[in-house]
Amino acid sequence: MDMSRGATAERAGERASVFGHPAIDCDAHIVVPAINSIMPYLDAYWRQQFLNRGIDRLSWSLTSEAPNSPISGRPDWRPAQGKPGADLAMLRSAVLDGFGVQTAIATCLWGGAVLHSEDMSAVVCTAVNDWIAAEWLAHEPRLRASIVVPLGNPELAAEEIERRSGDRRFVQVTMLVAGETPLGKRHNWPIFRAAEKYGLPIGVHAGGAYHHPMMANGFGSYFLEDYVAQAFAFESAVLSLVSEGVFAKFPDLKVVFQESGVTWLPACLWRFNKTWRGVRAEIPWVKRPPKDIVRDHIRLTTQPFDEPDGARRLERFCEMLDSDEMLLFSTDYPHWHYEGTEALPLDRNSPLARKVLYENAMATYPRLNGSLT
Amino acid sequence: MCCGASMTQDLLDRPAPQRVGAREAQLGVIDCDIHPQAASPQDVLQFLPERWRDYAKTYSGLYRQALADTLSHPRMAPDVARADSWPPTGGLPGSDLAFMQKQHLDANNVEFGMLMPLNRGPGNQRNLEYGAALAGAVNDWQIAHWVERDKRLRASIVVTQEHPPFAIAEIEKRAGDTRFAQIMLPPKSLEPQGRRKYWPIYEAACAYKLPLALHVGGVNGYAPTASGWPSYYIEEQHTNVTGMLSLITSMVIEGVFEQFPALKVVLVEGGVAWAPSLKWRLDKHWKRLKSEAPHLRRLPSEYVHDHFWMTTQPLDEPDDGADLIEMFEMVGFDRIMFSTDYPHWDFDEPKFVIGKLRIGEEKLKRVLSGNARELYGLK
Amino acid sequence: MSKTRHIAARVDEIPPGSRKKVAIAGRDIALFNIAGDFFALGDKCPHESGSLCAGRIIGLAEADEPGKYRLSRDGEFVKCSWHGWEFDIRTGQSWCDPANTRVRAYEASIEPGAALIKGPYVAETYAVRVEENYVVIDL
Repeated sequence: MDMSRGATAERAGERASVFGHPAIDCDAHIVVPAINSIMPYLDAYWRQQFLNRGIDRLSWSLTSEAPNSPISGRPDWRPAQGKPGADLAMLRSAVLDGFGVQTAIATCLWGGAVLHSEDMSAVVCTAVNDWIAAEWLAHEPRLRASIVVPLGNPELAAEEIERRSGDRRFVQVTMLVAGETPLGKRHNWPIFRAAEKYGLPIGVHAGGAYHHPMMANGFGSYFLEDYVAQAFAFESAVLSLVSEGVFAKFPDLKVVFQESGVTWLPACLWRFNKTWRGVRAEIPWVKRPPKDIVRDHIRLTTQPFDEPDGARRLERFCEMLDSDEMLLFSTDYPHWHYEGTEALPLDRNSPLARKVLYENAMATYPRLNGSLT
Repeated sequence: MCCGASMTQDLLDRPAPQRVGAREAQLGVIDCDIHPQAASPQDVLQFLPERWRDYAKTYSGLYRQALADTLSHPRMAPDVARADSWPPTGGLPGSDLAFMQKQHLDANNVEFGMLMPLNRGPGNQRNLEYGAALAGAVNDWQIAHWVERDKRLRASIVVTQEHPPFAIAEIEKRAGDTRFAQIMLPPKSLEPQGRRKYWPIYEAACAYKLPLALHVGGVNGYAPTASGWPSYYIEEQHTNVTGMLSLITSMVIEGVFEQFPALKVVLVEGGVAWAPSLKWRLDKHWKRLKSEAPHLRRLPSEYVHDHFWMTTQPLDEPDDGADLIEMFEMVGFDRIMFSTDYPHWDFDEPKFVIGKLRIGEEKLKRVLSGNARELYGLK
Repeated sequence: MSKTRHIAARVDEIPPGSRKKVAIAGRDIALFNIAGDFFALGDKCPHESGSLCAGRIIGLAEADEPGKYRLSRDGEFVKCSWHGWEFDIRTGQSWCDPANTRVRAYEASIEPGAALIKGPYVAETYAVRVEENYVVIDL
């Protein structure tokens, strides 16, 4: 390990975070305060529809994100008015200045991506992306964003990716882990094709449309169950993406799991490798052990980190994954999983720290390198 | 730190079975997962009342899926079986006791074997009355065809969980019969296992001191993943794991173990290595959302440890065997019980498991037989 | 150590496409006939020791991209009777992990009884007759 990467070292174009290394936050949330905020970005037909139907008074927040739960907003990250995550000044003070991150990649989770009407979904996603560009990216040069797309119609989603492709401040595409069909299905390939073409990783975020129960045995009673079950959905997503041959078809595609947790992955891959040895003839395009494919293509953000506080076994899990390149630092702002700046489940002097905080993100997101134009 | 490309992988030249010492190889096992199969449908149906024999003959059964005679995804081996488990006398794998004795019970030094009858269980019948009658017939058949013919075998009380009064009647009918070791439920039920609908069944289990056994599978009509139906068997097979994760999450968070502190649950054919991560995740989110589930008075992980037993098959196979032992250690060797899944294709032989678990004789004996002997009170 | 010639089977006992398990010098060996050529593998999967002889004989399933299936070398692979690990009958090599996993392969040849009868050879279960052909394994 190159010890010149010590905690205080900075190189050209790098700025140290509170952890001593430069840092990129790969999962910071921005929130559409209300549909009203995006009305200026709709055309006349849709504006009138929204007014006549009272849609402008809704929020379309996803129920996989309990609106008022303690997790949805850390007390000191709740703005005086409005929803946690809706305020640029708070994002600046909490994340960009608070952690001293060099770049934060914003993800906007929102129900507009999963509407049953494919046209309405496409239109509002376009509007939200316009709103992100005009009201967030234009005001904060350290911010990057994820493209919101209509998940129910991959063709229209690919068109939206195409539309944003020239704006290099958009650095990934957001999908949800619990969608209509398993993530890797060919149905979704237009999205992957466009994303690969433009150097955009797919950010697969926790949450979904609830078209299927989060658990295989039906709907539970508590948000708490659904939060825990997000990891199960990610486990199924690993199986789907690899088994469908997404990475055989799109060899340059990267997928970033956000709010997936991390510690479930080694056992998942042991099992996947084992089953593959016996039944791989069913999916002959999977020519290598699934674990090797996952290591090359899938990345995971670190918060919420799923092990006991202070256990600091992240290095051990990286050993089990045979990789120090898979984990990407995230604050998960404004969600409440830790206090202060205790967002890094790792000793800052660990040789892994700089990789997790900075280098892995730089290697994952091509658009973080080079100029914006 | 040994991360990155320098790490070797796939050290799969596996001499492990050969390294097992002669004495260890002689250790007896309690196999917590043996699948008996009917040689002909008549074997089971003969125990039905006439009305339901006619129903079975005319309608066969009604499930929440389109395919009438099979599971949602075609398997990778005929009858999901080991290719060498087809009895020379004909019939399906697991249908010939003499062959099962020769190939498995005697050969592998099985002291006791827990029967797990599957056959698209009575619990998933949409016609609840038929389901209840079929459960009774499967239970009679286990005794007459298996347990009475080999004293090492124990039956599981099959029930129709979607109508708890029927299930309880069946439990009460069998509870005094020590040839039955446990109550069997499918993880894929209509509601998550923690929901109050099923609590009367748990109350009966506690009253009669019977563990619950949840063997992977079931047909409930729901997609097995949160994003719908996967394309391939390799994906569907993995939902055995997420199914176990789901049912633990449900039972713990809904407060089943606060209500029934004596309840014991055996998870069959889910494996083990996923459990530590689940415990951490449960604890992590519970700390923030406690107010939503105020009935929980302890860390969720404590309920998991105290109430769930896990069976070894299919044994998790990391590249580095030490990882497996580390993971098992976190689960607790007091909660892991040996199983083979005979005669299915992903069968684990005792010698293989012994070869992988270099954990000292005391712990090894616990896993191979001690934990099950204690849990089921086997003598 | 010089090798000993073991007479493993009569050629007509194993028609093309079939296999037979034999015991030679205390070892279980699976004999395969692929279109007239004989191959011998240890009858023990390196995974959990399942029998290869009891497994299915298959071809090699491949795909250059998702959905483009093709089968080649039909009859030249065997799938372990338990967990389905695939082995190349010609070499004993595992398809999934050729570098690290293989079953023991033995040299098998066909010899006429007339040549064998001169010896030396070991025939545990056969009385060698001049008019028959035999599968011979050197080990």
